[in-house]
Amino acid sequence: MLLGKLTWDAIPLNQPIPLVAAGVVGVVIVAVLIWVTVKGYVPYLWKEWITSVDHKRIGVMYCVLALVMLVRGFIDAIMMRSQQAIAFHAQGYLPPEHFNQIFSAHGTLMIFFVAMPFVIGLMNFAVPLQLGARDVAFPTLNSVGFWLTATGALLVNISLVVGEFARTGWLPFPPLSELKYSPGVGVDYYLWSLLISGVGTLVAGINLVTTVLKIHAPGMTYLRMPMFCWTTLASNLLIVAAFPVLTATLVMLTLDRYLGFHFFTNEAGGNMMMFMNLIWIWGHPEVYILILPCFGVYSEVVSTFSHKPLFGYRSMVMATMVICLLSFMVWLHHFFTMGAGADVNAVFGITSAIIAVPTGVKIFNWLFTMYGGRVTFSVPMLWAIAFMVTFVIGGMTGVLLAVPPADFLLHNSLFLVAHFHNVIIGGVLFGAFAGYEYWFPKAFGFKLHEGLGKASFWCWVVGFYVAWMPGYVLGLEGMTRRMQHYDVPEWRPWLIVAEGGAVIILAGIVLQVAQIFVSIRQRAALRDEIGDPWDGRSLEWATPSPPPAFNYAVLPTIEGEEPYWDIKQLARERLTLRDEPAYGDIEMPRNSPTGFVSAFFATFLGFAMIWHIWWLAGLAAFGAFATFVVFAWRDEDEYIIPADEVARIDRANRSARSAVLKRLAAMQVAQ
Amino acid sequence: MRAGGIRPRRARRRAFLGRAAVVLPLALAGCGPSVLDPQGPIGAADKSILIDSLAIMLAIVIPTIVAILGFAWWFRASNPRAKYRPDFVYSGRVEMIVWSIPLLTIILLGGVIWIGSYELDPAKPIGSPAPALEVQGVSLDWKWLFIYPDQGIAAVNQLVIPAGIPVHFSLTSASVMTAFFVPRLGSMIYTMNGMTTNLNLQADKPGTFWGEAAHFSGDGFPTMHFDVKAVPAAQFTDWVDATRNARSPALDPPAYLQLEKQSMSVAPFTYREIDPLIYQMIVTQKLPPGPGPATTPHSQLVRPERTH
Repeated sequence: MLLGKLTWDAIPLNQPIPLVAAGVVGVVIVAVLIWVTVKGYVPYLWKEWITSVDHKRIGVMYCVLALVMLVRGFIDAIMMRSQQAIAFHAQGYLPPEHFNQIFSAHGTLMIFFVAMPFVIGLMNFAVPLQLGARDVAFPTLNSVGFWLTATGALLVNISLVVGEFARTGWLPFPPLSELKYSPGVGVDYYLWSLLISGVGTLVAGINLVTTVLKIHAPGMTYLRMPMFCWTTLASNLLIVAAFPVLTATLVMLTLDRYLGFHFFTNEAGGNMMMFMNLIWIWGHPEVYILILPCFGVYSEVVSTFSHKPLFGYRSMVMATMVICLLSFMVWLHHFFTMGAGADVNAVFGITSAIIAVPTGVKIFNWLFTMYGGRVTFSVPMLWAIAFMVTFVIGGMTGVLLAVPPADFLLHNSLFLVAHFHNVIIGGVLFGAFAGYEYWFPKAFGFKLHEGLGKASFWCWVVGFYVAWMPGYVLGLEGMTRRMQHYDVPEWRPWLIVAEGGAVIILAGIVLQVAQIFVSIRQRAALRDEIGDPWDGRSLEWATPSPPPAFNYAVLPTIEGEEPYWDIKQLARERLTLRDEPAYGDIEMPRNSPTGFVSAFFATFLGFAMIWHIWWLAGLAAFGAFATFVVFAWRDEDEYIIPADEVARIDRANRSARSAVLKRLAAMQVAQ
Repeated sequence: MRAGGIRPRRARRRAFLGRAAVVLPLALAGCGPSVLDPQGPIGAADKSILIDSLAIMLAIVIPTIVAILGFAWWFRASNPRAKYRPDFVYSGRVEMIVWSIPLLTIILLGGVIWIGSYELDPAKPIGSPAPALEVQGVSLDWKWLFIYPDQGIAAVNQLVIPAGIPVHFSLTSASVMTAFFVPRLGSMIYTMNGMTTNLNLQADKPGTFWGEAAHFSGDGFPTMHFDVKAVPAAQFTDWVDATRNARSPALDPPAYLQLEKQSMSVAPFTYREIDPLIYQMIVTQKLPPGPGPATTPHSQLVRPERTH
């Protein structure tokens, strides 16, 4: 068979919703491609972005992927909320086979292709700058990691048009996900998307761990690193430890489905409880992989906008690493209702509750960072304050679910769903948005429009509460999750309120899109001339916005916890910059298409495996291997930026900064 | 109305006010299959642990939220009365308090978790002078089978139990995983093929309670609803007799294999007699696990509206 299982039946011609959705997406993609080609942007995109190994560019691309997938995941969300708002004593507009795909795709997209790329993007962008480094440890690997993640996202979206997506939830629990109960290609789309993007995430993790541990400016000792670097280290240590578990678990399920193994089947000694344990041994650290970098963002933001150093820095470092360690000791709280017995449940209940201690410490330290500060309510700070309030509530309901008898009532209910949306929207997404607003001027040289940012913030926060507080009530009313329709009248009003909340969030998203367009149009007025728009404290604000490819003309020497703040204070006192350094040639890694090309082959590999097109799978695997060989045998991997060029770029920024100091001096004289 | 009409209105209002004292949104969850309106000892104990834990945490969460908003507002840059203290970056005393408060809260809560896990272990029998009624439950695609081994009968999508007498459930699944849950009676537990989980519940008073599958199990999942009818002990005996004498089928292996095929929205019915080993045959897979959709093309599945 030339095309394996793939036939014309795979195109859902009889289902208008996915077809229209896919049609719209297709038209948009084609329109963008035509526009890009006509305008002659293709060489620019290829040279400056697609083949770029610059950590800042890769970070930006991760964030763009996350934002696009956020819109896609949100469309799923609002479809689900609409379905549940109308499906009382009725089938609604989504039949079960479609509704089940939507909640599975929503969870998969939001965790793997929104939250993950968003935090990895922010870490990629900011961490080398904060460490005073020129790049990450493995620049080309970094590019490979990004493009493999994009492949995963692409495969999930292809399932919209060709075949179907998993109908088994965002974690495909066997035996439901076994071939016998899910014979379609949906679970295979899920498996291959995550097997491929999982490799991408793992290499991103290895890269960032190595970067934080090894690539520093002179004097940047561990206890002088900004909080965001510490949380990056913790998060990526978790990636390195946990993602292989995910991959191994999914490989086992793949073997079950493709080669008739019996890891998790009902028959022949398979054990579905093993899947539950393995997937959550990855899954619980995963939530800390997501939240820890956001804790880092909040630490930066709260300190910057309180105009004070972070309170209790060492205590925060300790809390971060304690969370990192404890996150591997709690996975069983995801299935207290499996009947493991009192000993097991009690131990895991207590370890889960203990995580609230370092997390509480963090909240209190942010609180005391504001104490005695001069708090300005810029958009990133608004996100941070909303986070603190929201996350305290989400944390509380989480600890409540860690109490086994309470979990016996609330497990799998809308209460649980409200809890994890409370911490993932209120913690991870708010943090990602805070980081996005905070570092946007660093990445692009102009700030985002403040008014639209605030309007979007309020829509998101109000929308979140309206959408998810009813979830808690519904859970207490006994409503379980993933109901395509229901007959209990008491649930309906709350589901209609929740739908209203989703509409308010939609307004927030529209405002965010508008913010991007308006900010680009008004970029001259919003320009960040000197590279320090927020009166920042950590090293990234010492560079121009956007920073040059080499980040630092001369690597800074670090003498304290807030090196840039100290330099800035000295300059403000003396009203002059430090003397111009001696510039030298800088070696930087060459751009490489390795990431894009290997992802190109990986996409075909995944697609071919899903549809059992074995010849194509073999060809694609060979192509990916050949790409690796070509890269490994490269002759030149670096290029030189001459000292003159470095001097020209640095002098431009120095003159902008001197101008500010001159204005300051003039003001002092006038007084 | 499903279960709401069982309790006298005044008692319901008193319970309502009691809950309102804890926290308003919770109190709003008053009717329907609410876990806050328990009808048996397990549900009541689960609920009191839930409320106690919540109260312990609210004692620290509410002041924290107030402090977050208060600090942010008072120390706003435009407030000339707030003292700017950029050097206030470490205080041993504050750190001491900051680590102690959550630690003490969690120590207290840890005690609740420890005791609660043992007291409310689903496998722990309910202390009662009356011997427990044995019920063997099987989750199928997509309905529930309840076998009464001592009475020699079985029922699909309905569970009749005597009020005031503990019930011991042995639960398994014919195919995929799901969970057995009657919100107003308390604790849920998973059902898994080839395995038995144990659960003890009791309804204090007669009534009809909403029961559901609480773990997604495929396309027919939302139709896996069953009513639990708790009836006075005498009435239960009558029901058993009536079921035995009804002109209904017997639950033997061929009937089970027929039942095991995927179907949705199955109206409740009973079996007048059972093969006494049927549950053991299901758990030990002597009767094979459910066939899944392979032998039941999707188009042939009925998906009618539920009738009430």
